[in-house]
Amino acid sequence: MKKLFAAASIALTMAAGGAQAQDQNLRIAFDVPYAPFEYKDDNGELTGFEVELADAMCEEMEANCEFVIQAWDGMIPGLLARKFDLIMSSMSITPERAERVLFSEPYYITPGGWFAHDSFDTDVTDMDAMEGKTVGVQRGTTMDTFVTENMGGVVTIKRYTTAEDMALDLEGERLDVVFVDYPVGEQTILNKDGFKEAGEPVKLGQGVGVAMRKRDADLAEEVNEALATLKEDGTYDAIMQKYFSYDIKM
Amino acid sequence: MPDFIAQWLNQNDIFTAMTLMEYWDGLVTTVHLVFLSLVIGLLVAVPLAILRTVRNPFVSGPVWLYTYLFRGTPLLIQLYIIYYGVAQIPGIQDTFWWDIFKEPLYPALLAFTLNTAAYTTEIIRGAIAATPYGEIEAAKAYGMNWFLRLRRIVLPSAARRAVQAYSNEVIFMLHASAIASVVTIVDLTGAARNIYSRFYAPFDAFIFVALCYMALTFMLVFAFRKLENHLLRHQKPVSS
Repeated sequence: MKKLFAAASIALTMAAGGAQAQDQNLRIAFDVPYAPFEYKDDNGELTGFEVELADAMCEEMEANCEFVIQAWDGMIPGLLARKFDLIMSSMSITPERAERVLFSEPYYITPGGWFAHDSFDTDVTDMDAMEGKTVGVQRGTTMDTFVTENMGGVVTIKRYTTAEDMALDLEGERLDVVFVDYPVGEQTILNKDGFKEAGEPVKLGQGVGVAMRKRDADLAEEVNEALATLKEDGTYDAIMQKYFSYDIKM
Repeated sequence: MPDFIAQWLNQNDIFTAMTLMEYWDGLVTTVHLVFLSLVIGLLVAVPLAILRTVRNPFVSGPVWLYTYLFRGTPLLIQLYIIYYGVAQIPGIQDTFWWDIFKEPLYPALLAFTLNTAAYTTEIIRGAIAATPYGEIEAAKAYGMNWFLRLRRIVLPSAARRAVQAYSNEVIFMLHASAIASVVTIVDLTGAARNIYSRFYAPFDAFIFVALCYMALTFMLVFAFRKLENHLLRHQKPVSS
């Protein structure tokens, strides 16, 4: 009985393997809601920048894709346990994560944005003009590293744990300008009256990639090819412009 | 210096002269902040504790309310209210108050002082209330008035009873000051958090800062033991 079962399961696995070669079945995991990257619209349909990009990517790869909702904490464990095959949920590429999963080439990066009161009229790239100004950053972010390395001796740097605290201090005029992840700044600062972008957004860090299991090197190659095509043929730009007023392409 | 320490110092990337200077600046800020709030807090607490023991509820009531409010809420919340709340008052940026409240140091000092003053008030009040009634009756029999009784009898003996509880309050205050880093003050904890986030080395950054706090605590404990020996020497056994 046991032997028979083993033989059957081997046959099944082979059959599945054979089928995969013709028509790939992929499950892609998202953590919702994380607007505008992935969220459910008014009809309860999954949508967003990364969802649409995943759709386009599957079409390009000629794969049957199924979208899975997975909470962030269980993302990498779920991938390793084969609950799904790809993660496209704004996972930044870091050396720590790269030890456990295989990342594709980066497909987007959110820039750091400069935000200040409407009355602020200093050029943030002009170090002489910035002398003595107070800049707020979130502690330990790529924006913190950027300001510390490039403006360390020039400006006073104040480090915050949350973006809300920082937005309050900008509002209270304790800070002259804030350098923060652009989407975060858009939601916590730009949505109030009297604030503006105070400079060109700066792209920092290694970006966000599709995460896969380490053994799926072939799949990663296909994903990279598909993403490269989408970035070139204008599909990527069309989807990006639907959700963002600024450039996140990488 | 033992070899393994020298070796470790040569190998580590974290505890360079630059980060050690950051810790040192943090230490100076912590000591500065805690010392000032304790001194001002104690100066405020003594008269408040006396008022708190007065029978008239219109005098003792407000003091009771103050200590109740500040002991009944977390110091972190008080700091948030004073630091972020004040900045939300419309027009405050145009008044002279803003020069004081713009920098994080004074809001933190105010929150810490009010908090420690509330606890110290209750410690001293308890010590005053525990004055043996016979001592007061004796003082009255000598014809001392209220103020003289307070100065010569009540306060000195209350100080002896309060000093042990107060040493705890001082140590708690030192440790509570760690939350100053949430309002952008780079105290000891703030320095540790900055260094942790720069090197992603939580153990090194936080264990080092824990040792700094332990060293400070040890000094405080030592100082209070000396003070207690001095104040409570009449309680010592005669032969020893």
